[in-house]
Amino acid sequence: MAGDVLIDDSQVDKSRRVFLTAATATTGAIGVALAMVPFVASWLPSERARAFGAPTSLDLTKLEPGQMVVPIWRKQPIYVVRRTPQMLATLTNHDDRLKDPTSANSDQPPYAKNVDRARKPEFLVLIGICTHLGCLPKARFEAAIPELGADWPGGFFCPCHGSRFDLSGRVFDGSPASVNLRVPPYTFEGEETLVIGIDNANPKGAA
Amino acid sequence: MRTAKSAHLLVVLLAASALCGAAEEAAPRAGADWASWHADDDVGNTASLQRGARDFQAYCSGCHSLKYERYSRMAADLKLSPEELQQYLQPPGTKPADYMVTNMPAADAATWFGKTPPDLSLMARARGTDYLYQFLKTFYLDPATPSGVNNLRLPTTAMPAVLSSLEGLKRSVYKDEQKPAADGKSTTEHVFDHFETVAPGHLSPAEYDRFVHDTVNFLDYVGEPSQQDRRALGVWVVLFLLVFTVLAWLLKQEYWKDVH
Amino acid sequence: MTPAIPPAAPPAKPARGIVAWLYKRFPIQEFLSEQLTGYYAPKNFNIWYFFGSLALVVLVLQIVTGIFLTMFYKPGEATSFDSIEFIMREVQWGWLIRYLHSSGASLFFIVVYLHMFRAMLYGSYKTPRELLWLIGMLVYLALMAEAFFGYVLPWGNMSFWGAQVIVNLFGTIPVIGAGLVEWIRGDYGIADATLNRFFALHVAAVPLAILLLVMLHLVALRRTGSNNPDGIEIKARVGADGHPLDGIPFHPYYTVKDIVGVAVMLVMLAIVVFFVPSFGGLFLEGPNFEPANPLSTPEHIAPVWYFTPYYAILRAVPDQRLGALLMFLAVALFLVLPWLDRSPVKSMRYRGPLSRTALALFAIAFVTLGYLGLQPAEGRYVIMARIFAVIYFGYFLLMPWYSKIDKVKPVPERVTFHAHG
Repeated sequence: MAGDVLIDDSQVDKSRRVFLTAATATTGAIGVALAMVPFVASWLPSERARAFGAPTSLDLTKLEPGQMVVPIWRKQPIYVVRRTPQMLATLTNHDDRLKDPTSANSDQPPYAKNVDRARKPEFLVLIGICTHLGCLPKARFEAAIPELGADWPGGFFCPCHGSRFDLSGRVFDGSPASVNLRVPPYTFEGEETLVIGIDNANPKGAA
Repeated sequence: MRTAKSAHLLVVLLAASALCGAAEEAAPRAGADWASWHADDDVGNTASLQRGARDFQAYCSGCHSLKYERYSRMAADLKLSPEELQQYLQPPGTKPADYMVTNMPAADAATWFGKTPPDLSLMARARGTDYLYQFLKTFYLDPATPSGVNNLRLPTTAMPAVLSSLEGLKRSVYKDEQKPAADGKSTTEHVFDHFETVAPGHLSPAEYDRFVHDTVNFLDYVGEPSQQDRRALGVWVVLFLLVFTVLAWLLKQEYWKDVH
Repeated sequence: MTPAIPPAAPPAKPARGIVAWLYKRFPIQEFLSEQLTGYYAPKNFNIWYFFGSLALVVLVLQIVTGIFLTMFYKPGEATSFDSIEFIMREVQWGWLIRYLHSSGASLFFIVVYLHMFRAMLYGSYKTPRELLWLIGMLVYLALMAEAFFGYVLPWGNMSFWGAQVIVNLFGTIPVIGAGLVEWIRGDYGIADATLNRFFALHVAAVPLAILLLVMLHLVALRRTGSNNPDGIEIKARVGADGHPLDGIPFHPYYTVKDIVGVAVMLVMLAIVVFFVPSFGGLFLEGPNFEPANPLSTPEHIAPVWYFTPYYAILRAVPDQRLGALLMFLAVALFLVLPWLDRSPVKSMRYRGPLSRTALALFAIAFVTLGYLGLQPAEGRYVIMARIFAVIYFGYFLLMPWYSKIDKVKPVPERVTFHAHG
């Protein structure tokens, strides 16, 4: 009886079956991939995080020569140092002890790719996070501090694993860190205000 | 002669009908149908939203916050440049990334008005745009309340008639209505019949209506800023899924040819 | 002509490489051949048979969207409401994840109610599937608890007052009622403590219970095999190859058919999520867009639509304690359905006019009570709720009588089937 032949795939057009399976599977796979986008993207910084990441302003008139202040930008400490002429003079005499004196391999905006690593030599702006494993380096601006040695020119010393940086944030030989301290984008608004987070070349937003 | 007479008659008739027409416009039953007034959904109308944002800043933000909305987000969604935001809508002392919070201290407001003016971010979702539209158009003079006004949509509202400079002032006229009571007898109830204008405002009724429409439209947007993106994306998603459904159906039919 | 014996599936190609490595160490091959290509389901499944697999899909949807919501939601009286708006406005694509979850909750109940109705239509709760039905009812109860806890989490005004009303119901239990209510709340009113424990239950405890119960449900189904619209046990007529004559391998025939069902459901879900997520106030209620306010009750407190049939029954009774009891009974009667039904026949297709009328009236009563539960408890709504509540209980309580005396039609030997392709 015809009813006994339950499954008869002798009439099957295999090629049509293969095509339809492939077409449905491909469309389905595309759908699944697209559906994943919102979930993965939801992990990106939210509007609130981006708002807090907006540029930060600092009043420079309160900053004494030789002094450092640490504002926060994008949840990171920013070291702003008003360097004295003596501090600037120490930058040129120890290139042979630096891993990267010309900042060829480190992260800074174009205007900071110089010995001073700054727009204006007087003001040093660095991201105060050690490029080794992320601790906060301590300011050691005085020269020849006993525990750092007679040839210490002044700079930053990271207590976690002993990395040393000069007064432009350039890393010394013998340090576990291999890259100079990073410089964030920044610009000056007039003579008195430092704005961290944007530079003039990119007025629409931070890097 | 006959032509002249009929011409005269025609002019008189036209003039009379024009006068009657004018009387119809200031019809004494204005507002009788307030409960069925609709706010037309118009969130896609960017110009209306921009006017609504300006109106909100000018007339509402003194007391009401939009605490979930940022100035910068509003500017982006309403297609305003950062300069336009700064010039027209950004209050002094605030930054674009700030939330749109009112300066009025909540505790003082509660003392002055009897109730803290509520945040309006979600009011369009909570009560609906029709409610907001009716609320802004049914304030009337009422000597019995502390503020001197009352509202048909929200009786005994603590909100004063802050828009009266634009809308003008009106009072309610009541009528007696016979209502059948449970015990078979009928009682007389004093019900609202219509509004009567007491003093005109700076805006004509049509202009005020547009003002309310724009403001309510803006609040509709603030209730869910991503709604236009949602609808636009939805078209593509549904189309894609329909294509997938057709393919899946064809595949199923193909395999089920086997089954007898 | 001798009947051709169709092969169950083409002989498996010998596995190579990493697949062979896995097969040797894990029963994948056995699972595929026993549960998919080797599992025979009746060939006459109709539209009512989609809803089981659809329920599984919605469960996965709720878990995935729920996990992502938990990454951004902050439970607490002071933070819950704001964190939902944070998700809606500031988390990238947060609004989509939220609407999928809120629409998914309503979709879950639509699918589950239709799934349950299928069982009532075709007698799928009758022997030997009573345990399958009971486990399914436990899934339903767990689902109701999950939905209730989840609804409190946004901490809107309806979240608060809905929790207040439902938790107070437990106070009607004699002797232990008052203490029980305080224990559930963890405070003297619905408060932060209540919210936080409901969060833990909704996110971790009840989903685990649901997953376990769904697995048990599938195991029980595998043991008895599926019922079908004709109510015939297909295992009673087996071919020479050992498979039911009226059965077809689940894979590829029902995998391919269920994909169509999933696709159609996703179209409907997408229409809701992208165009009408509030669904006229049924899926997302207006009063819940205002923060919880212990000093201001919403004009009409009503639970979400999927609870309103039971809510209508609760309010139909003038006495609070009796109303609560009857409401719990209305759910509990489902559990004893297999033993109330005395019909010799499974499917409505072959039952008489009494059973068919009773089921039709029940369906009308359930939907109408649902509508009435959304209305204010005044005037003619109260009278109507009472009438339909009586019909609702009548379906169950009179069943031992009408299912027994009803005139049944002869049940065919083989399933009725019309070729598709």
